[in-house]
Amino acid sequence: MLELNLILVFIIIGAIIAIQVKDLLSAVAALGASGLGLCIAFLTLKAPDLAITQIVVETLCLIILIKATIRKDLPFSTSGRWFFNTLVTFVFLAVFLYFGYKALKTLPPLGKPLMKISQFYMAEALKEVKATNVVSAITLNFRAYDTLGEATVLFTAVIGVIAIMRKKGRKKIEEADEND
Amino acid sequence: MRTTNNHQEHGMSLVVQTVSRITVGLILLYGIHIVLHGHLAPGGGFAGGVIIALSFIQLVLAFGKDEALRKIPKPFISVLESIGATLFLGIAILGFLGGYFFLDWMNKGKPFDLFSGGTMIISNIGIGLKVSLGLFGIFLVLILLKFTPKK
Repeated sequence: MLELNLILVFIIIGAIIAIQVKDLLSAVAALGASGLGLCIAFLTLKAPDLAITQIVVETLCLIILIKATIRKDLPFSTSGRWFFNTLVTFVFLAVFLYFGYKALKTLPPLGKPLMKISQFYMAEALKEVKATNVVSAITLNFRAYDTLGEATVLFTAVIGVIAIMRKKGRKKIEEADEND
Repeated sequence: MRTTNNHQEHGMSLVVQTVSRITVGLILLYGIHIVLHGHLAPGGGFAGGVIIALSFIQLVLAFGKDEALRKIPKPFISVLESIGATLFLGIAILGFLGGYFFLDWMNKGKPFDLFSGGTMIISNIGIGLKVSLGLFGIFLVLILLKFTPKK
């Protein structure tokens, strides 16, 4: 579990940097680094399902946040550091491949129970739900209520973002600024 | 060669556009594959939905927002997202026909078939629609926001 502790420390450091740093783009990059750390943590805990979702969501969030912040403030250098950038890319690729290999290798063979509750799900998923992906069977059948809550959270988040960013509200603020 | 002077309006350079023209469809198909096989292999509605959203976002990044919005009109986005949400809730409520919330009332089929697992495939499609178009909607809102203050 030493790796897991190291990764958790890495995530916490990344989060603290993201909060403390002045430059917005650096904050976004630090947030992305801690998200990738979380992805590796999922891999060490033998949950490739979560790791897939985490890395895809992390990529998307990074794109959205960089796109949103890139014009706002920024010293943005693209040249002169190609060696460092390539090195970092390869190091991260190596880390991912290493942990992905370890996670997939140590994954228990299909149907071998780990714990009591998972024993029940493993036994019942194929018999009752007739689904071969037990994780999906749990999230969409045995515990679909949880998933409904998650979907509601996402729906509310979308509504919240659209409500905050809508044009009408911004125009009123601009008019108020002009009146001042 | 196209200049990248007016970057946001016309998208990125010719190289990016040519590569995107090839890869966008593949990424979209891969996302749909992951959504549809959510009950057979790792993945599912959330992961597949985000991959579909990424393909839409690649369209916007490569070709600019006008071109992308011509291909994917805005009413289409909101309508499909709502359909996804109501599909999942509808599955839950239709369970009341047989007795309780989220009752799996469909024919289960054989394991390892594409159409197996009862209502799971419909739930996955609903979640996939919801997640992909919801995230794409957030991205679009953030993109469009940047242009409104400029006069």
